[in-house]
This record gives sequence, structure tokens and C-alpha cells, in this order.
Amino acid sequence: MGATGSAGHVISAETRFRLAAKTRLRFDRKSSRYMLLYPERGLLLNPTAADVLQRCDGERTVGSIVAELARQYGHDVPKVEREVLDFLQTMADRGLVQATE
Amino acid sequence: MSGGERPYTLVAELTYRCPLRCVYCSNPLDYARQGEELDTATWIRVLGEAEDLGVVQLNLTGGEPLVRDDLEAIVAEARRLDLYTNLITSGVPLRRERLARLRALGLDNVQISIQDTEAGPSDRIAGRRSFDRKLVVAGWVKELGFPLTLNTVLHRENLDHVEAVIALAERLGADRLELANAQYLGWALPNRAALLPSRAQLARAREVAAAARQRLRGQMEVLFVTPDYYTDLPKACMDGWGRRFIVLSPSGLALPCHAAHTLPGLRFDSVRDRPLADIWRDSAGFGAFRGEDWMPEPCRSCERRSIDFGGCRCQAYHLTGNAAVTDPTCQYAPDHALIEAARREAEEPQPASLIYRSARESERWGGMGVERRSLPPISK
Repeated sequence: MGATGSAGHVISAETRFRLAAKTRLRFDRKSSRYMLLYPERGLLLNPTAADVLQRCDGERTVGSIVAELARQYGHDVPKVEREVLDFLQTMADRGLVQATE
Repeated sequence: MSGGERPYTLVAELTYRCPLRCVYCSNPLDYARQGEELDTATWIRVLGEAEDLGVVQLNLTGGEPLVRDDLEAIVAEARRLDLYTNLITSGVPLRRERLARLRALGLDNVQISIQDTEAGPSDRIAGRRSFDRKLVVAGWVKELGFPLTLNTVLHRENLDHVEAVIALAERLGADRLELANAQYLGWALPNRAALLPSRAQLARAREVAAAARQRLRGQMEVLFVTPDYYTDLPKACMDGWGRRFIVLSPSGLALPCHAAHTLPGLRFDSVRDRPLADIWRDSAGFGAFRGEDWMPEPCRSCERRSIDFGGCRCQAYHLTGNAAVTDPTCQYAPDHALIEAARREAEEPQPASLIYRSARESERWGGMGVERRSLPPISK
């Protein structure tokens, strides 16, 4: 099952994402969490979001990220998949991650 | 309340010098009378102090930051500290080799101002020929692999061109487009009659921007910032006084916003004299409007007080002479009639004469003492 991604992309298990060029992931000592920084803004990430974004390297597919995290958290694949797809959809809409061709 | 929160962003105004003379410049009217600029070593020290405090974002701005020949050293240090660094520039003094050097040193984002969509009207607002040059520089920004932010300050003379501004931004491959209406502080206040748009003009432009935001979702971020004069409820200026931002003036004053030093009776400290952390936590200036203790009615009992923090202190002062009253742009403010009067005026044809930012004009404003006294009458 896919969702509509940025610029007409459909997010599926085969989609590969990378962080948009304008973003930078950084560990924040004050909060002990990761931040995604971009012009004038930043997102303080919860641990799951950080785990997903750290794996958006343009190489891994969404499916492999889901499998990896499901294993790591000990959760069902469908549950993790739903969360990861929703999150990446939101990030793609905001132009913070980009699907590679 | 003391500085319990951390600052996230340092706005480094490296200089007030600028090749442009924009009629809505947000630098203080008396910028030419501010002190000597900080040296490189002090900037480097302060970046470290800021990062220690929690700062993760650095805006390099001015004036025109490129007139500082130590910009490279500052960018390199920011990168070493892992700050997200945004260069906010007119683009005018930039050369391709210098931009490539800044890229190699780790600069993250470049923001270029575009005053309008054609050379004539753009150069008229900037007060010098600059438009064609800006387009060339914006091209280099993309060629060198930077993300590009375009910023267009909107007003009466260019609001009807918003569609063309968006098309230009698309053509230049901008990643982010800030359609930011002028706010009537700094040089924009004496130019208000010529710049403040009518309500209908603003509404049309907002619709165009909203459609573009939808169409370009995921590709180009389109921001539309309404002028405070038309919001009816004030903005959370700087996300609240002394809550998220530190602005460092060229001479080293640590400020809650870029115009705070135009407010009389407040004492702001210089990073030449005290560590930034001390200033942030307990300087008189940062404490003056932090939290809610300072608030008058109707703010004090308003449920939005923790949303908008009472609005903009500088607007309050420059319109009423008292920085501690509710921002007059708020519909519940006792002084809201000042805003209504300005909006009524904007419905009528206005003279197009402009006061350009210049050192000579600045000396004049500064020389007349309290800034507000030298302004044209606000109401009627």
C-alpha cells in the first residue's frame, strides 16, 4: 500500500529517501535528542523519528528500514510500517526528505 | 522569571554597513551612530558561548555580512561547533570564488533578497542597481549545491506581483520562498504611507501564495507573512522576549530582538564586557519583558498571553511611546485605533515618495534624540 508522496511520488516499501539538502541532523546535548535543522527552523526528534531519519541515506528502502526497526523494537512489521510511512509522508510534504529516483 | 529557557538561534548582525539602501530596512534609524564593530576574535568567542547555551542555529546577517572579510573565519568556527548556518545577504558584493569557499567551509544555506520581479521597481526599492546581479548570484548558489532561500519583502508597490515573484523563485530553483510583508519598524515606519498595502491587495496576494504553497508542496516551501497591521491579533514576536533568540548587534550588544536597543530606559549588555550566558540569564534588558510579570491589561488576563506574549515591544513603543503597553496591532489593545487609522489611510491613494536608508539620513534621525519624536505623526 502506498501513499502520495512529494511531487507525485508514491511512497512504497521500495522507495528510497534521503534527507533534503537543506537539512542537517544533529545531536543536541541539552535535550539528549536528535534535531533536524533547516533554514530558520528545527525539529526536536523523538527517538523513533531519529532512527528513521538516520537511515534515510538514499540506499536503504523504506521496507528495509521498517524491517530493521521492527526487529530493533521487537514490534510487528505492519505497525512499524504504518508509523514509518506516516512519518515519512509528513516529512516529504514538508520538503525535509526526498525520494530518490 | 530568569533565563530558564535556552536560546536556539543566534542572529549575528555582523555589520550595519550595506551597499543597498532599502526603504524598509529593519536596522535602527540611528544605525550610523552605533559603536564600533566587534573584531573577529570576539565573534569566534561568542559563537562558542552561544553553542554552550544551547544555540543550534546561526543567522549571519547585517547590514550586508559579506562586507566583513572575516566571514570565512566565522563560518568555519560555526561549522566546527555544528551550528546550522544561514547567510542572509543582498548577494551584491558576492563573487563566485568566495561563495565556493564558503561552501567548502560548511555554510549550510544562502538567503538572497529580491525586491521585485524586474530591475526597475526592484532597484527603486533597494536604492541602487542590484537586481540583475542578484539573479546571477542566485544562479551560483544553486550551481554550487547550496539550498537557496529567496526573500521578498512585500508592500504596496509589489504585492500585486506575488505571482511573478513565485514564478521567478521557481525559475531560480529556490528551496524556500519567504513572502514577508514589511513590518512597520526601523526604516519602514517613516515610509509607512508609501508602503502599507490596502486590505484587498493583501488578501489577493495571500490567496496567490496559498495556491502556490499547495501546488509546490514538497518542492518549494512558500511562506507568507502578513503585516502585523492586518493580523488583528499580535504575533509572538521573536517567540517571546528572551525566550528563543539572541540578536547580537554589530557593536556587541546582546539583544532580545534586532530593534530592542531603540527602546529607551533599558540596559543591554555588551559581549565585550560579560559572558553571553550571564547576559542571557540575568541582564536587565533581557529580564525587562520576559515572562508575564510585566504585562498590563488586557494582556495580563488574556488567554492568548502565553501564545503571543503581548506582541512586539518595539511596535508598542514606536507607536505609543510606551514599550510596556499591549501591542497596538492587537484588536483588544487600548491603542488599536492607531492601527485602524493607518489601515484607513492605506485605502486611499498615497504619495510614492520614499526615504532611503543612508548614513546621512541616519545621522539626522539619531541626532534628533529619541527616535519617535522625529517621526511623522502616526495617526489621522
